[in-house]
Amino acid sequence: MTQALEVAGAAKSFGETKALAGASFAVRQGELVGLLGPNGAGKTTMIKAIAGRVELDAGSISLFGREVKRKDKRPDLGVVPQELAVYKLLTARENLEAFGALYGVSGPALKERVNWALEWSGLADRAKEPVKKFSGGMQRRLNIACSLIHKPRILLLDEPTVGVDPQSRERIYDMLAVLKREGVSVVLTTHHLEEAERRCERVVIIDHGRIVASGTTAELVTQALGATRVLAVHLAEPHAENAELADGWTSDESRSTLRVTVKDLVVDVPRRLAEAAGLGAVREMNVTGASLQDVFIALTGRELRE
Amino acid sequence: MIGPLLKIFVTNLRRDRVVQAMAFLLPVLFFSIFALVFGQQRDPTSKVSIALVDEDQTEYSRRLAKALSEEGALSVRTHAEKDGTGPLLTRETGTALVKDGIVPVTVVLPKGLQSSPSFGADNTNRVKVQILSDPSDPIAPQMVLGLLQKVGFTAAPDVMADQGMAMFEKYGGGLTAQQRAAVDDWKKELASPTASSTTQDVAEGFALPAEIVNVMQANSFGGPSTVSFYAAGVGVMFLLFSCSGAGGSLLDEEESGTLGRLLGSRAGMNGVLAGKFVFIVLLAMTQMTVMFLWAALAFQLPLASHLAGFAVMTFFTAAAAASFGLVLATISRSRAQLSGISTILILTMSALGGSMFPRFFMSETMQKIGLVTFNAWALDGYIKVFWRNAAMTELWPQVLVLSALTVVFLTLARFFARRWETL
Repeated sequence: MTQALEVAGAAKSFGETKALAGASFAVRQGELVGLLGPNGAGKTTMIKAIAGRVELDAGSISLFGREVKRKDKRPDLGVVPQELAVYKLLTARENLEAFGALYGVSGPALKERVNWALEWSGLADRAKEPVKKFSGGMQRRLNIACSLIHKPRILLLDEPTVGVDPQSRERIYDMLAVLKREGVSVVLTTHHLEEAERRCERVVIIDHGRIVASGTTAELVTQALGATRVLAVHLAEPHAENAELADGWTSDESRSTLRVTVKDLVVDVPRRLAEAAGLGAVREMNVTGASLQDVFIALTGRELRE
Repeated sequence: MIGPLLKIFVTNLRRDRVVQAMAFLLPVLFFSIFALVFGQQRDPTSKVSIALVDEDQTEYSRRLAKALSEEGALSVRTHAEKDGTGPLLTRETGTALVKDGIVPVTVVLPKGLQSSPSFGADNTNRVKVQILSDPSDPIAPQMVLGLLQKVGFTAAPDVMADQGMAMFEKYGGGLTAQQRAAVDDWKKELASPTASSTTQDVAEGFALPAEIVNVMQANSFGGPSTVSFYAAGVGVMFLLFSCSGAGGSLLDEEESGTLGRLLGSRAGMNGVLAGKFVFIVLLAMTQMTVMFLWAALAFQLPLASHLAGFAVMTFFTAAAAASFGLVLATISRSRAQLSGISTILILTMSALGGSMFPRFFMSETMQKIGLVTFNAWALDGYIKVFWRNAAMTELWPQVLVLSALTVVFLTLARFFARRWETL
């Protein structure tokens, strides 16, 4: 089956910095994929390379089986930048009409697409208001809608929910789910692991410019951690800042919650509890299945926000 | 407490080259420009070029003409060509030289000058030397007037004495034979090239009848349309500011991400720049039109009678200014940088190019330096249209230079804009 998007061996350096170091991944038609990685991992460079804004040093990018060079037009592609790339003194409708015309939509088709975009983004009743009067969430929705005006078959979103309240984030993911149902392939970068876990069909983890894992959350857990569970221990008081943690433990910012993966509950849990007790009195403990966060830490050795 | 704050501010200043330039470079630059402009309005070693028309063709007029030609402060031409070839100048061709801005002054020695009485109360009957002038240079005619008075006596004191004695005899009666002999002796002394200083002192009591004639058109504000100069000067300077500001929208769009979206569209960078260019040209043309309309309404600028020339100059000026704004925007990394660079460049260009202070008041050297600026060519064009009533075809040097600048600026803007296309 032809992939909607296929990136093979993408490499790009900026001076001494390797932003992409041979990254490869693919996206099927109608698939919603989350591209995860810490800051500087290469996510934005990857998005820009696919959009034709970055000239790759090596590797290739194909859209629906056709390899595209940087200067090639990409009518099947919609790109939603991290910034709010809309004209704030124009109304929502004016923005959509302007970008639609620039992307080659005209006449009745443009009118139809603008009306669809306004309905889809829930902005129909505010269509005649200048964008500067919109809330952050509304501006984000319009930002996405402007990228869909020419009816692309692949949508790339760079951090589409950054700085957006949880309610608006849910709404944006609902909008993306509609697109997915309509057969649009969606690739998004995000810092919100739990969202990616819950909303994306598949997750691609990128670190130091390489794809370190790809699959559903369950597949990634199995790949990275095997049939493991996560033991979380909550201390009554934060442990010392310079306390030495035993192998496998991670501690959160408050220094009162510790986590470690365990395979054999009967053997590992008591041993790990004893290790935690060495750092302070244990207030509470629980055992859960491993999350994408655990997978991420296991694969990259660091938290997503580092 | 003040110490750490000072350290922060000084470190910021040390690392902000734009602020440094605005604080230290710009004032020095402006001081230098104005010192050059105002300090050397007239280079004492340079000559004032004038044209001379001798309609009288008498001994007296020839001596006046010769004396004027020998004046160290003047460069006198009497023929159509500067090198002394071609037909002798006439009143008409001499006037044209002034109107065309080739010379600031044409001196006309009218027919009957020698026979006309130089002295006496009956001013209306006196034939006067005419100094046909362009008031855009207010200094040259006054200087020529002074020199005329000087040469009137040093070149032909005997003629002046003749005329004075004739007036005396007319109103005071004839001279006795003895008086006549004494006067003749004195006239011989006056005619001698080695006339004594006493004689020159006496001669200074006389005055050669002369008048300054403005050959340019006038409006109700008295002089020729000086308003047109100020409308163009101020207009062009603010045009540059507004064009650089409008060009700076590229930087806003880069920051907001809309530029990336535009580049991903069918427009591409060529389309984006073309769109910006057309928009800024229209904006600039509207701005100049508003300025000149106001000048026409409030200050009687003769806009309606110069509409075609105004349209041509405004179009080419707007195009050059728009492309200049785009270059500034494409070389700047941020709005703040653009603001700093444009302020320095535009103010410097405006000072040198005559937007703040007319170039014709500057020394010849400064006038030539001014030609490296965009403003000078634009202003010269507007002055040709409104001041000199130049035909459209005469605007070709300005149109050519402004067109060339537009092409060069657009090429540079396209080159520098490559940074937004790819990383």
